Amino acid sequence: MWKFSLVVWCIALLPAQSSKYGVGRPATPDQFRELATAIAPDGTGLPEGSGTVAAGQELFAARCSKCHGTKAEGAIGPPLVGGQGTLATAKPLKTVGSFWPYATTVWDYINRAMPFDQPGQLKPSEVYALVAYLLNLNGIIAGNQVMDARSLPKVKMPNRDGFTTDPRPDVGKKAAR
Amino acid sequence: MKDFGKSRRQMLRLGAAAGLLANHERALAWQNAPRPLGIPLGPYGERSPFEKAVRWTRDSKTPETGSSFTPLADSVGTLTPSSLHYERHHAGIPTIDPLQHRLVIHGMVDRPLSLTIAEIRRLPAVSRIVVLECGGNSGSEWAAKTGADVQRSHGLVSCSEWTGVPLSLVLAEVGVRPGAAWVIAEGADACRMERSIPLAKAMDNILLAYGQNGEAIRPAQGYPLRLLIPGWEGNTNVKWLHSLKLTDQAYMARDETAKYTDLMPDGKARIFTYDMEAKSVITFPSGGQTLPGPGLYELTGLAWSGRGRVERVEITTDGGANWTQAHLQEPRLPIAFTRFRLPWRFEGRDVVMGSRAIDETGYVQPTREALIEVRGVNSGYHYNGIKLWKVHAAGTVTNVEV
Repeated sequence: MWKFSLVVWCIALLPAQSSKYGVGRPATPDQFRELATAIAPDGTGLPEGSGTVAAGQELFAARCSKCHGTKAEGAIGPPLVGGQGTLATAKPLKTVGSFWPYATTVWDYINRAMPFDQPGQLKPSEVYALVAYLLNLNGIIAGNQVMDARSLPKVKMPNRDGFTTDPRPDVGKKAAR
Repeated sequence: MKDFGKSRRQMLRLGAAAGLLANHERALAWQNAPRPLGIPLGPYGERSPFEKAVRWTRDSKTPETGSSFTPLADSVGTLTPSSLHYERHHAGIPTIDPLQHRLVIHGMVDRPLSLTIAEIRRLPAVSRIVVLECGGNSGSEWAAKTGADVQRSHGLVSCSEWTGVPLSLVLAEVGVRPGAAWVIAEGADACRMERSIPLAKAMDNILLAYGQNGEAIRPAQGYPLRLLIPGWEGNTNVKWLHSLKLTDQAYMARDETAKYTDLMPDGKARIFTYDMEAKSVITFPSGGQTLPGPGLYELTGLAWSGRGRVERVEITTDGGANWTQAHLQEPRLPIAFTRFRLPWRFEGRDVVMGSRAIDETGYVQPTREALIEVRGVNSGYHYNGIKLWKVHAAGTVTNVEV
């Protein structure tokens, strides 16, 4: 067995076969951890932890209402609630509730970019709580639902099927060559 | 110096010989006029203090996020000075020490790699002159109240020479695993700006750019490293790039779902609308300028297309009834500013003028009305309608009221 391990180890130390220029160093686990913040819509990347609507409400008042308003109705920052049913009208209101297709995106964006003046400081459970509060505020989840790595990707956002691929060029006619 | 003294003596002799006393006195005065020395040499150049063109920044309660607009009417030729390149930031401009910066390529790769800027600069490089346009450029034109001048209406576009390493080369270094289909790019700014890029595009013509107009990329443009994706909306060109993660799916980042999607009148939104379609605008005469009076002028402007070369630019000076082909300055580079010009006589009467670009795919820049007919007025991004300016009889130039 040790011989096998040795062989594996030696192979690992060999310069990679198809690396032509051989620049750089193998990325370290520390670097992965720091950069593993991106969350996929299927939930890949979501960390341990969980959050309730109630905890989110408290946190929102303390950290978010300054910019987004006490009821997330918008102030310096955009509104985060309302707008469902307005997308096909003359005055569409695009919010987390009316427009965002994936709940995982809400988690990802709060985690990477919020609060605006101090991004990167929220703990995973705090982010889960804030997402739970916003989803509840938009009538998407019940008040007693807990958000975590398993429940969050299962949330179906109201506008999940509201997106189409790019059909351009879609306007005008081609010029004679 | 010798020759100069000689010619001065000759002049004095000539004056004396001719007995022209007044001339002689003038020559003496000229001889005695002090000429102060200019300023000394310097390590890093500045423009003339008489040049005042600046970016225009929209008022914002959070100055770290927002956009600044290139003064297109003041630009000559086809390149944008780095100092006047438009900006769009979401969490301020980070100050990054290039010695500390790393680009980490990870996810579905055989050899996850951490690269320093020096190592990236060691790799074979290319330079390309490429136009960069914000997906929201001319967004004001969807509304009835449109931008008053060309800086406000079209200033979120600039053209630079970019230098860097083809992303495909670096991806070959790390070995992309079967099943990988997307590259998730992330910046090192405070909000860790993120976009999903299809792997096919990454293998095509994306640059890991570290150079702009002959020097390092400016901090506002992503120093020390950014993605440069020719022809795609500016937002995908992630600045301060520190992470590329190979994945099997798009990550549906906020900036590719909640933002940078185009809402249609039926309530559906187009997603992954990357291309910037052909567009042009007359920069002289344009809104806010005043012509001194009737006479012969050279009408000029800029045209570009995210899909290749500009093939033709046509000008109307009668509100769209007739179109004349403008002269295009060579070389016409693909996905770069193309300067157009046309002699034009201002008769001192009201004129409505505009330009339309036709690119190498045969695409014709549409009118504002044609765009709105298909997309409504709430799609926000990718406006490329024909821009009309009104030259009034008195010589003032304004936006056409719509």
